[in-house]
Amino acid sequence: MTKLIIDGKEIDVPAEYTLLQACEAAGAEIPRFCYHERLSIAGNCRMCLVEVKGGPKPVASCAWGVRDCRPGPNGEPPEISTRSPMVKKAREGVMEFLLINHPLDCPICDQGGECDLQDQAMGYGVDTSRFAENKRAVEDKYLGALVKTSMNRCIQCTRCVRFSAEVCGTPEMGATGRGEDMEITTYLEHALSSELQGNLVDICPVGALTSKPYAFAARPWELGKTQSVDVMDGVGSAIRVDTRGREVMRILPRTNDAVNEEWISDKTRHIVDGLRTQRLDRPYVRENGKLRAATWPEAFAAIAAKTGRIDGRRVGAIAGDLAGVEEIFALKDLLAKWGSSNLAVQGGAAFDPKLGRASYIFNPTIAGIEQADALLIVGANPRKEAAVLNARIRKRWRTGQLKIGVIGPKADLTYDYDYLGAGTDSLSELASGKGSFADVLKKAKNPIVLVGSGAAGRHDGAAVLALAAKIAADFGALKDDWNGFAVLHDTASRVGALDIGFVPGAGGLNAAQMTTFGTLDVLFLLGADEINAPDGTFVVYIGTHGDRGAHRADVILPGAAYTEKSVIYVNTEGRVQMTGRAAFPPGDAREDWAIIRALSEVLGKKLPYDSVADLRRTIFKAVPHLMRLDQIAAGNAAEVRALAGKGGSLEKAPFKSSVEDFYLTNAIARASAVMAECSRLAAERVLQAAE
Amino acid sequence: MSVRRLAPKELQPESFAFTEENLAWAKREITKYPPGRQASAAIAILWRAQEQNEGWVSEAAIRTVADMLDMPYIRMLEIATFYTMFQLQPVGKKAHVQVCGTTPCRLRGAGDIIEVCQSRIHHEPFHLSKDGNFSWEEVECLGACVNAPMVMIWKDTYEDLTKESFGKVLDGFASGNPPKPGPQNGRQFSAPITGPTTLKETT
Repeated sequence: MTKLIIDGKEIDVPAEYTLLQACEAAGAEIPRFCYHERLSIAGNCRMCLVEVKGGPKPVASCAWGVRDCRPGPNGEPPEISTRSPMVKKAREGVMEFLLINHPLDCPICDQGGECDLQDQAMGYGVDTSRFAENKRAVEDKYLGALVKTSMNRCIQCTRCVRFSAEVCGTPEMGATGRGEDMEITTYLEHALSSELQGNLVDICPVGALTSKPYAFAARPWELGKTQSVDVMDGVGSAIRVDTRGREVMRILPRTNDAVNEEWISDKTRHIVDGLRTQRLDRPYVRENGKLRAATWPEAFAAIAAKTGRIDGRRVGAIAGDLAGVEEIFALKDLLAKWGSSNLAVQGGAAFDPKLGRASYIFNPTIAGIEQADALLIVGANPRKEAAVLNARIRKRWRTGQLKIGVIGPKADLTYDYDYLGAGTDSLSELASGKGSFADVLKKAKNPIVLVGSGAAGRHDGAAVLALAAKIAADFGALKDDWNGFAVLHDTASRVGALDIGFVPGAGGLNAAQMTTFGTLDVLFLLGADEINAPDGTFVVYIGTHGDRGAHRADVILPGAAYTEKSVIYVNTEGRVQMTGRAAFPPGDAREDWAIIRALSEVLGKKLPYDSVADLRRTIFKAVPHLMRLDQIAAGNAAEVRALAGKGGSLEKAPFKSSVEDFYLTNAIARASAVMAECSRLAAERVLQAAE
Repeated sequence: MSVRRLAPKELQPESFAFTEENLAWAKREITKYPPGRQASAAIAILWRAQEQNEGWVSEAAIRTVADMLDMPYIRMLEIATFYTMFQLQPVGKKAHVQVCGTTPCRLRGAGDIIEVCQSRIHHEPFHLSKDGNFSWEEVECLGACVNAPMVMIWKDTYEDLTKESFGKVLDGFASGNPPKPGPQNGRQFSAPITGPTTLKETT
């Protein structure tokens, strides 16, 4: 720790701090453009100048270490001033230079109202310009479907260049030319390929990079802001949903260091137009092979007619990727009234919640990746299945302390890894301790064995899981203070569904059996679109979009999307989180749990809760850990060992990632034109790479 | 200085490959740096690529060198556009004249030399002459102020120029036997034109 005097206040800070950090610790506000705490230091905007006593010039505090400060002549601590006239004058000088070439187009700039330059010009700018010459003009660049450029506004802070190289791991952006003619661009204006490129818009301190789909759509001060949680993947990134009236205008990340730091994936951010299109806004009933718009009583009557005297064991339910805990729980209760336990969540067949929580969650936690020193990825492509989590792996890898091995699809994960093989043979070989990566795992202090949904979703998924758990147990990944068995779920609903036991009960059918011809009379799909319901089964689809599930349905009950309801989701690490309601479901659509509750009454199987509070009370009674929001009820190592003991026979087929097209994984994404465009660009890149 | 862009597509060759000799040289250059730091050889190798490619850097050359050094293409483009010694447009086949236009040369008549360039080569810098054999540009100080005005053509400097003697230099390049580099007025290096005035005796 080093003593400093900042603005006359003595403060003790770690010696490795920069002056900017020290000043912030002392409560001083330092303006900055190029400095970003999650990126490397560039020190080129010069806005963060402070005065160090004894120095002839102001220094850039972001690039000046506390260590570099000299003590006074009698050994007094170094004195720093952030508010002296010299500092103010220096910053005003910097601001004047920045504004020389910055256009005065704030009234038509999308960044207006949330622009760092605008804000800081209020503090350090002057109201007139002494610059009579022409301003620099820069051609706008094409960067793909998501990032719009207006390069006249660029102040060359190079945050975007550093972000794409360091966080995204796709070094595509750069600064060509020099001096006044320096321009930010990609190589020959190729579209960006990162799944995190939307964050460039957040990271740009001015309006040079703005959101293309959101261009000229709204002003920040006219938007209602709702804190919520993302459901596009299993990560559960913290988001803020901005709405105007009933309409969701945009989605932005919130800072949550435990999960997404301050990044979100492009799918999370740019799904917005998918929330408006293809929506189911009224119930439908299939009559003579055709879907007909109906009223709620008609739709319920159609279901009641079909289920009137049905054998309870011939009713089943499958929960989709975006279903929240509340509606899954209500649906489970409804089926229990029939005496049916034909329950399944999409992609959940391999998991057995009876073994305990540790057998199906990401035990080391996402933040825990930063303590890991070895990582084995089995049957997953984290870049596609959980882009933000992949950035965390990359962050750890960049420190040089993480060794990574991959068994499964060979892909560009933005970091180097040892490729150990494609299928179960390689996994078995590793389990027997062969190969150099086995030694790496054994020697590691905090190893992680990551199993993806691609591996767990196979027919032999349970056996793969068991073998992976065995590797975790045998190679020292299970310790008192470290549980390195990590299941990476690619959907938001699965862990919640497993937590409340939405799996086939004793004698119940699993998803594969339910979709076999002749096993079921009635099948409830709770937003499940990746299901091929067999002919002859009466399908009730509760969901938001006219997607695959709705096409097959006999009765469609329109539900609410995740921005339109406040429900609990559990992310892949088992963290319980709740979405916030930012808008209302369109038309006659209702919240899903309420639909199930209302249906239960028509069917004469009334569920015992009348409000969401009642429902939650029932859920919390059954599964108490869901009560503790933003926390993880940790599993214990014994549960992983129990899983390891299960064994099972493995198939030879190579692992595949569960996500083929990152941009089109769920019904909302498939309804989004922006995602379709991104998907097209990505497919083109694959084609070009193949040439 | 103005914005430097790559040459238009129609001028870009399809591909670029080092000659065997240059490739061996480039590989030797890479070994000068520790493994993982091979990108340090970027400027040297790109310069060799420019020499091989008739004095200018093509898009294909940028990609080739980037691939060779395991660098993202954009990083190589940054280098090629940053340093003005890399020519991004085709230059004269026989001579690319770099006229020093900084103060000492300017005072000693660089303006005249530029006028000759404008009349004999092209009115604008970086443009090829009609026959495609010549091009010119104005550059900053080349460090031969005592012999001002001067030009650099390829790797040699021609100093103490006048309109006439510069004309002869250009004639020499046009006919394929360029004059001897150095002062064109009979001086020995930077010694006084009237002959040495000091250190005349040897002991």
